[in-house]
Amino acid sequence: MELHYYPGCTLKTRAKGLEDSAVAAMAALDIQLKEIERWNCCGTVYSLAEDDLAHHLAPVRNLIRAKEQGADRLGTLCSFCYHTLKRANILVRNDSAKRKTLNDFMEEEADYNGEVEVVHLLNVLKDEVGWEAVTQKVRVPLHGLKVAPYYGCTLLRPQEVAIDQVERPTILKELVEAIGGEAVDFPFATECCGSYQVVSNPNFAAQRAWEIISSAMRKGADALVLSCPLCHFNLSERQSELVQRYSDFTGMPIFYFTQLMALAFQLDSAVCHFGLERADPLPLLKSRNLVS
Amino acid sequence: MRTELSIKKLRSDFVKKVEELSGQSLLSCNQCGKCSAGCPMCFAMDLLPNQVIRLAQLGLEEDIAKANTVWVCASCLTCSVRCPRGVDLGRVMEAIRLVTMRKNVDYLDAVKISTATLSSLPQIALVSGFRKHTA
Repeated sequence: MELHYYPGCTLKTRAKGLEDSAVAAMAALDIQLKEIERWNCCGTVYSLAEDDLAHHLAPVRNLIRAKEQGADRLGTLCSFCYHTLKRANILVRNDSAKRKTLNDFMEEEADYNGEVEVVHLLNVLKDEVGWEAVTQKVRVPLHGLKVAPYYGCTLLRPQEVAIDQVERPTILKELVEAIGGEAVDFPFATECCGSYQVVSNPNFAAQRAWEIISSAMRKGADALVLSCPLCHFNLSERQSELVQRYSDFTGMPIFYFTQLMALAFQLDSAVCHFGLERADPLPLLKSRNLVS
Repeated sequence: MRTELSIKKLRSDFVKKVEELSGQSLLSCNQCGKCSAGCPMCFAMDLLPNQVIRLAQLGLEEDIAKANTVWVCASCLTCSVRCPRGVDLGRVMEAIRLVTMRKNVDYLDAVKISTATLSSLPQIALVSGFRKHTA
């Protein structure tokens, strides 16, 4: 099966490990991710103001590109891109007045009416591939690896874009168990990492990272698993500093869900780009015999 | 602290602007406090989210402007999905930020970000930070 796919900016730089491992893992499941052409930044955050239509142009343009290239669905990996594209699409579908204004503004493009469906790859895995098919591809079950699923905000809120139950999601837990790992439930799984506060108030984001990771540590987790490049950055970037500041803080590796799939499917570990990680996962993976 | 309430403030442009920009009715809030109870950023806030709504209901723009609350909000929307009165608080926070930023007042001074920080931050952080904190 071929799935049109929107990577987003950060997957081409800091989050290469998310993109490359996803492409390889999905290919192992016979899903070819086909990157759409001429995509632009989605704008990262969905505009929350009633009169601010200009910021909906970026995500809607991407949806138009997908439609022009024959896509009826657009797969996403980055939680922010998923959120922004999905909400812009819902706006276009439900608000005829704003849809008209947006279409009138974009002179070069054909009118867009929300024809493309925005999907997150976790939903594709659960609803179309199925966990049994995922398990069948596993060559190295992640036995003994205790992973705490971390969802963050943009995959779950608001309700209209939630990939799972808003307050009690289980989709990442199901994935971790499908590839042989042990999922660790912890109370901060759906709490915000501080998000864009890392730019203006980096210490607030570091405080969030400390709280979230400490909670996962108390529950016995070896690592966190997530899908958002901003959560990944916020939770891993300042760990070495937090280790120095708090004597009982050891930190933990932060994995993209697709990196764990690539490991379990025994794909070339180069697709995981572990060299880009600030919280080095290799000692943990070596101790569990998951990499040589 | 002495706070002056007046019909003039209650019916001020500020209240109108916030309601128009957010598409929310401020008076729907009955101050239950659920937003503040679940807010992950409230440890860093001068005023709790429900206090900001109360001040906004009363048109006390200056008191809101003195607090860092709307700038520390991370738009995680936990309050928005939990509000029992259906107030989308994330939109109210955005509206109050925009009332300030549309006077060409930025919260984030991009020039003061060090080169080292700039090169370490991924695009997703920079674009969202600028979108939320600069006009």
